[in-house]
Amino acid sequence: MKIDARVAALPTWIGFPVRALPLPIINLAFGRLVASIKCRHPELLERLGTHASARFLIDPTDLPLQFLIQPDRDNPVQAYHPSFRCDWDARVSGPLGALIAMVNGELDGDALFFSREVTIEGSTEAILALRNAIDAAEVELASEAIALCGPLKPLAEETAHFLLPILRRWSGVDLARQRVQTA
Amino acid sequence: MNGRSRLELVCPAGTPAALRTAITAGADTVYCGYRDETNARNFPGLNFSRVEMEASIAHAHDRETKVFVAINTFPRPGDAKPWHDAIDDSVKFGADALILADLGLLAYATDRYPHVRRHLSVQAAAANPDSIAFYVRHFGVRRIVLPRVLTIQEIASINKEIECETEAFVFGSLCVMAEGRCSLSSYVTGKSPNLNGVCSPASHAIYRQEGSEMASALGPFTIQRVGLDVSAPYPTVCKGYFTAATYEGHVFEDPASLDASALIPQLATAGVTGLKIEGRQRSRAYVDAVVHKLRRIVDDYAAGLEIQAGCLSQLSEGQNTTHGAYRKTWR
Repeated sequence: MKIDARVAALPTWIGFPVRALPLPIINLAFGRLVASIKCRHPELLERLGTHASARFLIDPTDLPLQFLIQPDRDNPVQAYHPSFRCDWDARVSGPLGALIAMVNGELDGDALFFSREVTIEGSTEAILALRNAIDAAEVELASEAIALCGPLKPLAEETAHFLLPILRRWSGVDLARQRVQTA
Repeated sequence: MNGRSRLELVCPAGTPAALRTAITAGADTVYCGYRDETNARNFPGLNFSRVEMEASIAHAHDRETKVFVAINTFPRPGDAKPWHDAIDDSVKFGADALILADLGLLAYATDRYPHVRRHLSVQAAAANPDSIAFYVRHFGVRRIVLPRVLTIQEIASINKEIECETEAFVFGSLCVMAEGRCSLSSYVTGKSPNLNGVCSPASHAIYRQEGSEMASALGPFTIQRVGLDVSAPYPTVCKGYFTAATYEGHVFEDPASLDASALIPQLATAGVTGLKIEGRQRSRAYVDAVVHKLRRIVDDYAAGLEIQAGCLSQLSEGQNTTHGAYRKTWR
């Protein structure tokens, strides 16, 4: 059966400015994001159970970045450039749009796996636990990022209003639920 | 009036969030289970705690939606307490029906809670009128979830002879074996869908890149190898690609999901009461898409309109769908 894919990769030029970003800044930003999600959705770790200590390598294949996430750590995120080899227990890779849409509950993870848009390696059990825990928590990354911004929240919302439709055009999928886009 | 019945749409929920999604999308009924091996979808990170189940049943009832609780695995000898507790708690929380398979659990529920509806799980594999009559007579079973091995003609024939409702699978992963009796997963992994609540457990499923191919394995057995531009299946033994003597291919069944949405008129005519969507292990996105689609079809059929079936292949295993045994071309 030939595949029927839906999510497009980001334009390759995006990689150049992303690669120029200092890794410590990326680690700080994404570390705060994941820590905030853990705080706002405590049931996430509970559902993950023993897999909360697993090392998940999240690999957006259209960006020159990978994220090693250990959910139960105080500093849960470490960003790497793809040339760096790090140890992991479970690896999830695919276009950024597919990964975000899966987290947001906009696209089904199994369907993305069937269509080969998302590939998995390592502990299938840990990946399943992560997928189910995130889906149960109804996490939405744009809202989570905006919630982090404190007094800058209105500015963050404006930025999201500007960026999300562009990302949608590039990837072909909604990367935020309607309520965020119209907030 | 066009004389067409409105079939009950029985929808899956692996989490409270999926339950709310199913209700919003138009479920008449949601079925779910506890976070342990008392139900046949015992996947990591899935299912309901006691607190979540109580709150979810209340949420559903506030929206005039029923909740069936699946307690459809078979207790271990000498360790039936988790299953008994699941029945007791479900009744306490106000479940609209218990979905059971084991004779002992049916007896337990019948003795203690005669007023609570008992449905026979597909795991009991009751596939003929005599078998069904036994469950109705001895345990007051009100509904049978029909095994996915029957043709529509056989379902119609059964419905003429029995004194309870029937529920038929309409969409989702397709088990091609006699359910509740299949030992393939147990043979390969030591874990069984019937006792541990999980077929082809994730703890034994391995995906690895081998050059340009992706190999999927279950324990020590490679089940499939697919090229880069071919859709990926689950590593279930019954849908594996094997060499047997001179034959090479899917020996038992192709990787495909059941999509009987086009057959809803025939299932209604055959006397089916409920249409069951498989997929408690799937995401909210799956539940939303499938329930929305089938809600529309069921309502259009009841209203006497032409139904628009299909269009769910992206959500199907191997992006491929089948009518399964309903049109048993392989017999």
